[in-house]
Amino acid sequence: MNSKLLRAVVVIALLALPCVALAQITEYQQEQWLHTPAVTSHIGNLTGNANSDRVKYDYRRYCVGCHGDLGDGNGENAIWFIPPTYAKPRDFELAVFECRSTPTGTLPVDQDLFDTIARGMDRTNMPPWNTFTDRQRADLVAWIKHYSPRWQTEKPGTPITIPAEPEVTPERVKAGQEVFARVQCWKCHGVTGKANGPSAPTLTDDLGRPILPYDFSSGARPKCGSTDRDIYRVFMTGLDGTPMPSFADNIKPDEAWELVFFLRTLQPNNEYNKKEKAIAKELNLKPLNALQLSQ
Amino acid sequence: MTAKQGHTLKAAVLIIALVCIASIMTRHKVSAAADGSITGTVKLEGTAPHMRGIDMSKDPWCVKQHVNNPAHLELVVVGPNNALENVVLYISEGLSGSASKSSAVPVFDQKNCMYTPHVLAMDVGEEYKVITSDQTTHNIHPEPNPMTGNIPWNRSQPPGAAPIIQSWKAEEVAIPVKCNIHPWMHGWFVVVKGPYATTDDNGNYTIHNVPPGSYTVTAWQETYGKQTQKVSVSAGEAAKSDFTFKASSAHVM
Repeated sequence: MNSKLLRAVVVIALLALPCVALAQITEYQQEQWLHTPAVTSHIGNLTGNANSDRVKYDYRRYCVGCHGDLGDGNGENAIWFIPPTYAKPRDFELAVFECRSTPTGTLPVDQDLFDTIARGMDRTNMPPWNTFTDRQRADLVAWIKHYSPRWQTEKPGTPITIPAEPEVTPERVKAGQEVFARVQCWKCHGVTGKANGPSAPTLTDDLGRPILPYDFSSGARPKCGSTDRDIYRVFMTGLDGTPMPSFADNIKPDEAWELVFFLRTLQPNNEYNKKEKAIAKELNLKPLNALQLSQ
Repeated sequence: MTAKQGHTLKAAVLIIALVCIASIMTRHKVSAAADGSITGTVKLEGTAPHMRGIDMSKDPWCVKQHVNNPAHLELVVVGPNNALENVVLYISEGLSGSASKSSAVPVFDQKNCMYTPHVLAMDVGEEYKVITSDQTTHNIHPEPNPMTGNIPWNRSQPPGAAPIIQSWKAEEVAIPVKCNIHPWMHGWFVVVKGPYATTDDNGNYTIHNVPPGSYTVTAWQETYGKQTQKVSVSAGEAAKSDFTFKASSAHVM
């Protein structure tokens, strides 16, 4: 071989080497796939296993693109999610979750994660995953848990008690508006629930990224579920990792139901709020006067 | 041994036993009274940066509280003679066993849409109270690093709400605290092990209840970070430990 050709080959090989190296995942990432964690999940009678045959395949096929090999929310797609329009994927290492049935500052129960996977999160890139069997989903909950040591050292919180839903009455809807005024939901959510309150533009999540409050008037499904109970849970447990606090210290259970009914009047017509919307029309319910409230 | 010698021996043993017990009992009392302290002043060298004023127009109630008393950011708070306020001092090395804790419960108040005190120091596991003195709703949102073992939480505190009583599991210097409704509100929870102190308006501090020994004292200020000094504490004495932080070239913060 002549020296010119040899030189060319050597140069090309040297240039190619870093590309090949970069294309591999790191050893640490590889290791994530090799070990089989003994983490389980319990959802009713169902038990999920983080070391099932199928779960790694499922996670790699469906979840890793956003949530990443290390479960830290740094999948390949994550750089394209730009808050506040698109929230970044959940970092499972921190084990701080928005949709829980447990008090603020505590871990969710497995059922909460199980439900979130199936429900997805409206207005984000987390789709409703109806591709999985219950068994696959339970295994994925266990796999998600293996990313954070908190699940080994901490017990999940005790799910809050949600009393039976009372009847929707005009008195309750009006009282709900008073709760909305008293605890000042309108500061972020706005008096018409349009997410245009005075504090809305500067909201940031726990990782410093801009974030928007839920816009009741948009017709979007609330992130943690669309039923009355789901909405009750949102403000009585808070959405951890976000500016939405828990109001459990300051709203009594019957007041909480009143607030739920009032919040329904802020949404456009949907399958859940026919009664509330009719009452709002009947009462000629007007939005609160923000200027007056601030004085 | 004769009977007399036997009696003498018994008496001697009894006396020795009594002396031992007495000395053990008094030693306990003596050591508590002989706890020393670490005291000193923290100063800022150079020109203190000008703290920006705060626009509170998001909440007209907050604006009203500051009509005659404009609020400024509190990144660097300087008192007379370049005294540096809001510096937390604690023992980072040398403390063995549990030092006696202060009896007063640390209290964090939301007052006129600012946190008072701006920096609250406390022990690992020590209960602290968050109260609100304001007629506008706040939410109290500490944001610790969950990897330390401290878990973030977020609770609303409308006017007249009951105090929130919490504690932290792990040492963390320091936990940022914010209110999402009033984005200018920034404070700190400084969670340390052992006795601590925070500098006052004159930059002075005293760490009480320090058993005699050799220690490393750390001073933490939110903008300038940490500094350490070695100090020796003798029984019943106040060891002196002064710190000086250097102002950076930033004129306005």
